Amino acid sequence: MKNKNLYNYILGIADNSLILGQRLGELCGHGPSLETDIACTNMSLDLLGQVRSYYQYAAKIAEDGRTEDDIAMLRKEREYFNVLLVEQPNTDFGYTMARQFLFDVYHFLMLTELEKSTDLNLSAIAKKSIKEVSYHKRFSSDWIKRLGDGTEESHSRIQTAINDLWTYTDELFHQTEADKVMVAEGVGVDVTKLKDAYYEEVNAILEEATLSVPESKYFQKGGKQGIHTEHMGYLLADLQYMQRTYPNMEW
Amino acid sequence: MSEEQIKNLEEQFEARIARDEKIEPKDWMPEKYRQTHIRQISQHAHSEIVGMLPEGNWITRAPSLRRKVALLAKVQDEAGHGLYLYSACETLGISRDELYEQLHSGKAKYSSIFNYPTVTWADIGAIGWLVDGAAIINQVPLCSTSFGPYARAMVRVCKEESFHQRQGYEIMLKLCNGTPEQKEMAQDALNRWWWPSLMMLGPTDDMSVHTEQSMKWKLKRKTNDELRQQFIDQTVPQADILGLTIPDSDLKWNEERQSYDFGEIDWDEFWQVVKGHGPMNNARMKARVGAWERGEWVRDAAMAHAEKQQERKNKQVV
Ligand SMILES: [Fe+2]
Ligand SMILES: [Fe+2]
Ligand SMILES: [Fe+2]
Repeated sequence: MKNKNLYNYILGIADNSLILGQRLGELCGHGPSLETDIACTNMSLDLLGQVRSYYQYAAKIAEDGRTEDDIAMLRKEREYFNVLLVEQPNTDFGYTMARQFLFDVYHFLMLTELEKSTDLNLSAIAKKSIKEVSYHKRFSSDWIKRLGDGTEESHSRIQTAINDLWTYTDELFHQTEADKVMVAEGVGVDVTKLKDAYYEEVNAILEEATLSVPESKYFQKGGKQGIHTEHMGYLLADLQYMQRTYPNMEW
Repeated sequence: MSEEQIKNLEEQFEARIARDEKIEPKDWMPEKYRQTHIRQISQHAHSEIVGMLPEGNWITRAPSLRRKVALLAKVQDEAGHGLYLYSACETLGISRDELYEQLHSGKAKYSSIFNYPTVTWADIGAIGWLVDGAAIINQVPLCSTSFGPYARAMVRVCKEESFHQRQGYEIMLKLCNGTPEQKEMAQDALNRWWWPSLMMLGPTDDMSVHTEQSMKWKLKRKTNDELRQQFIDQTVPQADILGLTIPDSDLKWNEERQSYDFGEIDWDEFWQVVKGHGPMNNARMKARVGAWERGEWVRDAAMAHAEKQQERKNKQVV
């Protein structure tokens, strides 16, 4: 592969959307109301639409005959580069919204920068995605506020979810080897520079939601290097089921 | 109102329907009309919502990204159909919560077809092709039904259902042009979904209780048996194109009738499923009730938040 770094860089972004889209897809038909059900499906659709553009581009760069689906569904767990945050399960609607919110704020900041990329493909995908993601961010932050302010039960549930998922936020700002090369080339986003704006925005919304900002300074990492939590294998078993059971067929 | 006045109103009402005028929620209507419509529209809405479950079962396992996105969009459309239909039903003076309550308690019915399991990917193709196909045959006549909100909802729903049907057929076509294993998967799905799809068009005319009144109110334009025949005549050539065999050894073109003759439907199976004892009745209800119960704290929170917001606003005004 001529441009392994670009390829890996694209996967780093796309895998986040794929895994989160997959998680949201699990909920379709099982939401707390029809309206939230439709909204979660919408976010899943947006993310998977973005994923297709990224992987189609990655397939072009890979030049090894693999398709978007081969890239999406036929890698080993260790070859997925998504952050640990997005693979966390739909424990309850609180966790689903907390995961979404903690990712959306990052995703929006990242895309805003990616839109300025010198790589015109990435810039175009970012430009299209950013509108969708700004809607996701509004939806998830509104729910954080609603659940924080709502009832005693909802307040305590959403606080628990935020506390539990907080440990996965720091990884969003870790740079991979591919990141460093791509940043130097003007293609990639320097995620380390997004950190302050991220916590400022997240903390402000938590405060508005009458929630406390977790104080823990211990964070988890590994997703970006392909070392995932125990949840990931099961998610991939679903995602890859057809491609693994019926290899080399068209659908 | 005297009996005579009511009788007068009823006559005027029936005359309006006969003239093809639409009845709107604020118009006077006989209580029986209201109740019949609540029953039918809510049953339809519940079918859309419960129908999300068998197809939703394959979202995480769809074989390609393109198929995953299309399936998500389809299931989301069904949620949208549920939403318009519940809204249409609410105009008759019943709340969505009451309607859910009827579904969860088993008082309200939904289409029995969704009590069958989706066991392979080909089932997603077969459902689109056959189940959405049968739904269209049932529903196109409703686009000109007498109750305005229902008729308008159906226009939109039918457009999307025909898209679903083409999409389902396309899944089948791809399988049938694929490997022998894929074609076998398609045949197996047709074998399992064919008869339940025929049953979906309702019991035979001699067993159907509501037909006459429903015809008058344009809730029905053709009888169940006529619709079933239309479905079969339309679907058999489509199966031929796929190279699949309809699982009915009595199926034969009848030159004289210009229609297909077909074999005996297992009505015992139909009634078993209608009465709640199909393969997935229990699982479907548990999934619906479970989602509702697990979502209670979320709905409560949203309500409490909205009330607090309102209070805060009121205080500001004062
Ligand atoms: Fe529908
Ligand atoms: Fe329908
Ligand atoms: Fe449909």
